Amino acid sequence: MSVEYKTTYASIDNYNKGGVQMVSGNIKDYVFSNVYEVAATSPAYERVVVAINLVYTLEAARAEGQSDWYVCAHDEFVIAFDYDVEVHYIKLDDTSFIDDDKDGAIKLNEKPAGQYMGKITLKRGHQALLPEKTAYSIKAEKPATIVYQTVLGDESVQKWNEICLTEEQ
Amino acid sequence: MTNLNAMVDNKKTGYQDFTAGSFTFRRDEYFAYVDYPGGEYVMPIDDFLKALMRDIAWGFFYGTVNFDSVLGTTNHYGNVDLFIGSENEEYVNNGKDYKENFPSDELMEIFQAMQSDWTIEGFDPFAAPQETGTAWGPKNGNNDEAISRKRQVAKRMIGIPGDTEVRSDDTGYPVNRHFKDVDQSQPVVEAEPGFEDQIHGFNLWAHLSRSDVTWNPSVVSVCKQSLLCPTSEEYILPVEHGNDRVEWFVQVSDEIIWDIKDGKSSKPRASLVMRAGDVACMPADIRHQGFSPKRSMLIVWENGSPEILDMIKQGNQPRVGVEF
Ligand SMILES: [Fe+2]
Repeated sequence: MSVEYKTTYASIDNYNKGGVQMVSGNIKDYVFSNVYEVAATSPAYERVVVAINLVYTLEAARAEGQSDWYVCAHDEFVIAFDYDVEVHYIKLDDTSFIDDDKDGAIKLNEKPAGQYMGKITLKRGHQALLPEKTAYSIKAEKPATIVYQTVLGDESVQKWNEICLTEEQ
Repeated sequence: MTNLNAMVDNKKTGYQDFTAGSFTFRRDEYFAYVDYPGGEYVMPIDDFLKALMRDIAWGFFYGTVNFDSVLGTTNHYGNVDLFIGSENEEYVNNGKDYKENFPSDELMEIFQAMQSDWTIEGFDPFAAPQETGTAWGPKNGNNDEAISRKRQVAKRMIGIPGDTEVRSDDTGYPVNRHFKDVDQSQPVVEAEPGFEDQIHGFNLWAHLSRSDVTWNPSVVSVCKQSLLCPTSEEYILPVEHGNDRVEWFVQVSDEIIWDIKDGKSSKPRASLVMRAGDVACMPADIRHQGFSPKRSMLIVWENGSPEILDMIKQGNQPRVGVEF
């Protein structure tokens, strides 16, 4: 019999979280969360840390409408995990305010002065570079899940007790 | 004393023996035999070659690579222990464990020669069981092409001009049989004139759907020391990976069941069922082995900071990813 294989994904409005069956120890050791659940239950564009290793983070967010503008001293990356999102880029006229040693994304008060560089439209599974010292803003027509690869910064939110399994289900 | 070692006749099978310190490795049509001063340890040859392949491909990896509950290697970064029973409570408690330390490149050379001689034509130790021939029988050619695959390592991001290429039909990576339904579109990049080289994206899920190996992460994007290492998984991780540091997983598609045991004693600790979107962290004092019923996509997230090595050497690396 030949089998037609179906790849199972999830989305902000349809996810099926797994879990942990414990034999011994503490379930919190596994820091178990789900990026779709985080996006479904967080305010738009809150950058929720779902994984951290020293200063490095993976941050999940709910994309909805147009985000603020952000800039970062180092490269970051973003992956679209379910629905379409656009990433818009601006080449800053002035980058002197960016501290090279500052980790993580910085939220700007307004759309920065500079030249519009263009946009990338990401579908499920597409990844985009957020180049260092380049301003970006994300836009989503309807709620979507995104994950950043970045470094812990002022905008990173840690709320482990809210997002992680704390007891066996 | 009775010699309990198996009779292996290389004249009949055509294989070679390999020696590392006091260890001698022999194979026949079905099994690998590991002779050491305390006796002889036996493993099925297919399991042995699949585990050996990961140990080679990962350069002894982070921490311990348990070929099974008895045989394995522990990486000390520059030198490496080869052991029988050192991570097995009964062997240790009864003084039956044995290990020897080697310069990493010395043991690596022996392992590579053994992998090359013992892998026969048609057997691909990186492949899923249904995608390869068997490891059994007498010596019959080799599969050096399959076992010498280099894992792709992006410097900044896959697909950026000058960096590692995106997998495609043209570069020799057809879509895997389990991922025929994965969307192959690429992001639409609308760059203003002059900025074409500065904004970049690619389809990571499609890239993963074209992976020709299982349980062998490659690096797709690099943020300082943060390495995004996705991989495609099917059937069983051929080793029990014993962590010396925490290790994060993000399940992208389908499902993996992780069997978690204590790193030292190998007593059972937990079973994690990870589905699409789930994130979990392997503690630094466990060993884990994954079962993937269908080929699935997994992001392994690594931290290459030298600082972690220092912490491991001093024994003060964090045991868990987050304390909360
Ligand atoms: Fe691992």
